[in-house]
Amino acid sequence: MNIVYVPKDTASVSVGANAVAAKFIDAGYKVIRNGSRGAAWLEPLVEIDTPDGRVGFSCVHPNDVEALINDAFGHEAPHLLDVGLIKNIDYFKKQTRHIFAKSGEIDPLSIDDYIAHGGFVGLKKCIDIGAQASVKQILDSGLRGRGGAAFPTGIKWQTTLDAAADQKYVVCNADEGDGGTFSDRLVMETDPMALIEGMIICGASIGATKGYIYLRSEYPLTKEILGEAIENAYQTGWLGDNVGGLGLHFDLELRIGAGAYICGEETSLLDSLEGKRGMVRAKPPLPAIEGLFGKPTIINNVITLASAPDILANGAKAYAALGVGRSTGTLPFQLGGNIKRGGMVEVEFGHTLREIIEGFGGGTLSGRPIKAVQLGGPLGSYIHPDELDTVLDYEKFAEIGGAVGHGGIVVFDDTANMAALARFAFHFCEVESCGKCTPCRIGAVRGGEILDKIADGENVTENFALLDDLFDVMEVGSLCAMGGLTPKPVRSILKHFPLELGIKEGVET
Amino acid sequence: MAANLDIYPLESKIKLVCADHNNAADMLLEILHAVQAFNRYIPESAYQIIADCLNLSRAEVYGVVTFYHDFRQKPPAKKIIKLCQSEACQSMGSVQLKADIEKGLNSDVAIETIYCLGNCALAPSALVDGQIYGRLDADQLNTLIGGAA
Repeated sequence: MNIVYVPKDTASVSVGANAVAAKFIDAGYKVIRNGSRGAAWLEPLVEIDTPDGRVGFSCVHPNDVEALINDAFGHEAPHLLDVGLIKNIDYFKKQTRHIFAKSGEIDPLSIDDYIAHGGFVGLKKCIDIGAQASVKQILDSGLRGRGGAAFPTGIKWQTTLDAAADQKYVVCNADEGDGGTFSDRLVMETDPMALIEGMIICGASIGATKGYIYLRSEYPLTKEILGEAIENAYQTGWLGDNVGGLGLHFDLELRIGAGAYICGEETSLLDSLEGKRGMVRAKPPLPAIEGLFGKPTIINNVITLASAPDILANGAKAYAALGVGRSTGTLPFQLGGNIKRGGMVEVEFGHTLREIIEGFGGGTLSGRPIKAVQLGGPLGSYIHPDELDTVLDYEKFAEIGGAVGHGGIVVFDDTANMAALARFAFHFCEVESCGKCTPCRIGAVRGGEILDKIADGENVTENFALLDDLFDVMEVGSLCAMGGLTPKPVRSILKHFPLELGIKEGVET
Repeated sequence: MAANLDIYPLESKIKLVCADHNNAADMLLEILHAVQAFNRYIPESAYQIIADCLNLSRAEVYGVVTFYHDFRQKPPAKKIIKLCQSEACQSMGSVQLKADIEKGLNSDVAIETIYCLGNCALAPSALVDGQIYGRLDADQLNTLIGGAA
């Protein structure tokens, strides 16, 4: 039977991949849903096997299927949609894929595929060297929290390993709520076993026998795929009792959020998992010592956990050799917004932002000049074109008042209304605040009001002074990053686009 | 889970859902999702029923319903289009798109704001009946609205 690979991830399905798959099935093909390679600009990217490797056909529409079968597959002359050998496509060739090495190659739901591509080597290594040595590997790798706070993962794991308790938990933060981000979604849809293996490794390292994945409700296809992957893992003995015959027990439960951005904050997430309002908790106590249901809990981002198999399998040194400074390893950056070639780009830290946006992304989709780039989500900042040559490194971007965060890169062309984006920052905080602390709950509302008054030309100088004071109050007084970092994007717009916020030339601010 | 929930009155359905989740207080969000799946919103009568099943106070259940954006307290329109209004979709005109589409809609259709569907490289995106659509324009949205309404 003829085989064809048709992707199945949120992006490819959003532009018709399921209809394309149906057409191939009707034509008698065996269709393998191979996840996605993460190049949204090529989707739906249909592939076939050839003696030289997989060959791709981009942006396939259901109406193209007949012609592909009759005129393209197996024919010498390249079809209109032919993009050649996948391995020769620059967009992929120039990446350094560790987390996403298998994505697009394998059937995400096939445990056999996963194992054939190196799956569970990391877990076996972890069991071999033991819990403390495994935690040391994570520490020595330099892996930092990929959710955005970039806290050294090894320190978190060590703290939980050291905490004595009758029960510990591993919680995966899959509440990827930042606008412009989708790498968590992509790994869960294209290589879910990498996350599952990572969580088992974490459990084995810190002494936890139960894990939860808290997945945002805005990811329905992810829920379907991840749910099936967990089921398959149980069926094949890679979850539950005696995981993989290695003697450890690990249970994994998939839980769904309910539309609250704040539940991406780790303590709010824990309250939500406990069936409560997602209120942020004060720290101390740290979740590592007193977390879910009061027990020692590792709560880590999807990419952080999915990095563990690679680190255990290939060693901390190999991982730490990638990247620059204290930003070791790779990050799957997410190119979105007004971008010609959008998608997931996994590279070592050390490239400049421009290399990602122009080298990989090809600049704006509209062809108009770039006006600003939001990096690090709504709690990151707007980067000016003059700053695009800054090196992607956690510390380097912090130095210029920005943030790498979770790696979301949203490109805006010169039609962008920066005043509206500044106003949105406060609006979003107002809508999503848990409401516990005054600087965030009230500050978001007042910040919006001040911007509106400035836009109306009301007491501009005094209001800018008031805004600056409000920034300080929110940054220093908020319980968490929701209120604490909401000023960040507004500050960046104030710095780079003062005229748009209503500052007249020559007015002191 | 009982095979045909439809034949049961609402109160029984809710109790069955709770029992299906072991009447566990930490499963409240899952329970509310399940109730909304068959009832389209969380009716006021549900708060005390769920509170009793889970050994929570009515206020605690009400607090959770009102905290999360997903849970509705009133019956919604027949067709709901959740159009993303986060930054990446904004960069591709989703704010204007929402404003344009909202004109002249009848009460059968509602356009709601949602913040990020994780489809940021194919903006503007929307969530309709559990499916995510990318690279939307006004024409495609109108087709989505018109189809199976």
